[in-house]
Amino acid sequence: MNAPLPSLPRRDLLKAGGALVIGFSLGGPAGAQPGPVRRGAVAGPPDAKQVDTWLAIHADSTATLYIGFVELGQGTTTALPQVAAEELDLDLDQVRTVQHDTNVTPMQGGTYSSASIARGSPQVRAAAAQARLALLTLASERLNTPIDQLMVSRGVVSAPGGTVTYGELIGDRRFNLEVTGKAPVKRPSAYRIVGKAAPRKDIPAKVKGDYTYIQHLSLPGMLHARVVRPRGQRAYGAGAKVLSLDEASIAGIAGAKVVRRGDFIAVTAPLEWDAVRAARQLKVSWDPAPTLPGNARLFDRMRAETTTDTVVLDRGDAAGAFGAAGVRSVSMTCRGPYQAHAPFAPNCALADVKADQALVICTSQDIYNLRRELAPLLGLAEPRIRVQFCDASGTYGHSLYDDVAQAAALASQLSGRPVRLQFMRWDEHGWDTYGPAHLGQVRVAASADGKITGYEYEGWQHNWSQVEASQQLALGTAATEWPTFPSQQVATGTCGGMYAIPNLKLINHHVPGQGYLRGAWLRSPLDLSFAFTSEQAVDQLAYELGIDPYEFRRRNIADARWLGVLDAAAKAAGWTPHPAASALSDAQVVSGRGIGLGTHLASWGGAVAEIEVDKASGKVRVKHLYAAIDAGLVVNPGNVEAQITGQMVQTTSRMLFEEVTFDETGVTSLDWSSYPVIRFEDCPEVTPIVVQRVDEPSQGAGEETMAAAAAAIANAFFDATGKRMTDYPLTPDRVKAALKS
Amino acid sequence: MAGMLKIRVNGRWAPIKAAPDTPLLYVLAGELGLKGPRFGCGLAQCGSCSVLVDGAETRACVTPVAAVEGKAVTTLEGLPAHYAAHHRLAKAPELTPIQQAMIEEQAPQCGYCYNGMIIKASELLFQTPRPTEAQIRAAMNGHLCRCGTYPRIVKAIQRAALAQEEAIGVKA
Repeated sequence: MNAPLPSLPRRDLLKAGGALVIGFSLGGPAGAQPGPVRRGAVAGPPDAKQVDTWLAIHADSTATLYIGFVELGQGTTTALPQVAAEELDLDLDQVRTVQHDTNVTPMQGGTYSSASIARGSPQVRAAAAQARLALLTLASERLNTPIDQLMVSRGVVSAPGGTVTYGELIGDRRFNLEVTGKAPVKRPSAYRIVGKAAPRKDIPAKVKGDYTYIQHLSLPGMLHARVVRPRGQRAYGAGAKVLSLDEASIAGIAGAKVVRRGDFIAVTAPLEWDAVRAARQLKVSWDPAPTLPGNARLFDRMRAETTTDTVVLDRGDAAGAFGAAGVRSVSMTCRGPYQAHAPFAPNCALADVKADQALVICTSQDIYNLRRELAPLLGLAEPRIRVQFCDASGTYGHSLYDDVAQAAALASQLSGRPVRLQFMRWDEHGWDTYGPAHLGQVRVAASADGKITGYEYEGWQHNWSQVEASQQLALGTAATEWPTFPSQQVATGTCGGMYAIPNLKLINHHVPGQGYLRGAWLRSPLDLSFAFTSEQAVDQLAYELGIDPYEFRRRNIADARWLGVLDAAAKAAGWTPHPAASALSDAQVVSGRGIGLGTHLASWGGAVAEIEVDKASGKVRVKHLYAAIDAGLVVNPGNVEAQITGQMVQTTSRMLFEEVTFDETGVTSLDWSSYPVIRFEDCPEVTPIVVQRVDEPSQGAGEETMAAAAAAIANAFFDATGKRMTDYPLTPDRVKAALKS
Repeated sequence: MAGMLKIRVNGRWAPIKAAPDTPLLYVLAGELGLKGPRFGCGLAQCGSCSVLVDGAETRACVTPVAAVEGKAVTTLEGLPAHYAAHHRLAKAPELTPIQQAMIEEQAPQCGYCYNGMIIKASELLFQTPRPTEAQIRAAMNGHLCRCGTYPRIVKAIQRAALAQEEAIGVKA
């Protein structure tokens, strides 16, 4: 199921230009077009308005669903077929998906922002409903029975006088039908498949060992390749300058060759191990000039930058609220580090670049965007480039999947051979587009009866890097950043948005990113830092007013959905009311509990944390996390419970262990030893809670409980110790320093 | 020297073309085309390349192929047969109890680390048929999962321990 088509696009068909075979409409009635559906012959994207772009019904009444979102272990290739099966009255085992391919699958935008279900399910639902209507119309004619008297089960349409199958009605022929969005869709109360846990389709092959990851693929006649870069990136704006290169240094490795364009250097060899050895052995002298602030001066430099400032939200009179009589206020300044995607399998891609066309097989989560980036890099027009997706390990945001695809394409073009290029661990850790560091400053005011009256949040961070390292090194492309948009700036949801606050102001300070590390979205980007800052201040205010932190939040929430996740998490944890830090102990190991709220762009997340702190060693242990999500209609609650569990474990990892380290020259955290992540011994117990709302639109569920949990852990630390942490991760050194303060 | 080496993988002898100091992983994944052991770090830090060598979990990314000469190498593909031989079962099951339990717990997300997880958990269950949770965490601690599926792996190992007892006829 997950092996992409290895063949190159046929040149004569490419020459046909923009004609879209799949979307080609003869304008006739639905269902009756003869001839097989040909897919893949012409550059896409196929016409999203056509039913045939989204699905095909085969002679055996099974269906193939063509989707533009990729499987990352989050269950998209189970959940979107659930939506299609539901509307088509098929069973889930009758619907399959294919791998993404710019010649085959539709353009749904990239697989990010937890959008696969939120954005993808309405499109799939509309196409499937349109197909069902067409099929029932045909069946009605065939069976001489009005549509409303037809019954469908597993693609068999029954009327009192007989039956006909979907396969007999359309099997492998085109619908030639537009998705109007007007075909009737099922009422949620009638759902059989959607809203219910379904086992993931990809799991059996993954435990047997016969699942195909991109690392397993090969192309005929290919060479293995590795990039050669400094161990650890320099500042984004600085690239990496080659001072000298000694090609003779790998002369002893049979068949190993250097390919170079500008400062982009790679080695190729027929055997993979030889490519690995050559990359290690090649002597390159890189410009060592310092270009970075290093961890030590990072936040001071960010704070001192001339920033581009935006008032994200300004309601009431925030400044005035702090001067009002009888209010109590709290302010906090907190810092969150750069953190790495660090996918478990280093990114890998295969490419076969010829003079007039290219095939690139990769793990890009946005294959159409990658095709656009490859065109100027390779000097080929977009329709001459075919990009195919193959599964890899989880990547949790924009890791180096586009960078490695560019590197493979360059190495293929420069060597004139098909190439498989995989990053080494130090490439992946050292050249990542990290989740950016953040400096947050918040103040919150409340009246004596525990009503929040004023809130201000100011945040400093740089935006995401727009140019992949391979392109930058090869072409010297200027280091531009993505323009500011939500998810890269102070968030209206997690920064106070859960509370009914009359006076509120959010200010975003965009730090210019060229003098810092590469950045991109990392699962729930910036939100852990926002919640760590904001929700600790809210918690502190509750403490100073002598109010239980759960009760304090309840008093300030007007929105039923925020209240729903808060109550669900508190109930699961068996929360008993008492103010924070009201049971401090002299014991060496102390325990605490904390609560928090947060989200990413949409959905609602609430969490409770139970932790222990060893005051002698400074070691924090997260014992149990209870996390609730409201993501509207949850198509597959089993998937979402798994997602919450993963989010909780990753949040624990990010709050306790993860920090990219760098000096003034480059990044120094280059492997699992210098960039530790959570292991079995530190893994908390997790209680995931799905607040199912079948009548509300589906929202993201892949990252929206992490901010809440980050806050809950920090607040639990205060409950246990009476001290606030202002920097994470909560490492033993930081904890011991905080306990002494 | 090259071409002289023969190693035994999943019960079969394979002549090896690679130089003797080549890490075993590149031989298994490249020359023999096996999909179980896979590259993660090349530093023996993560466990994605793990295989059993004479029943002991071994990091193939740092083990020279010559070091396994004369030993029995078992990869994920050969695990059911190895399990059957270990427990003297008449026939190899399609999946071992730990593999089956991973499905039942819906444990994997991306699944890339599951080669190592299943290899290591199998070694544990051979040595300690009914491990405590603390024993599971200690034994598995050298294997990383970036998706954060540790809680379900622990449950799957506990489930597999019970299933294994049933399969091989051990009374609790």
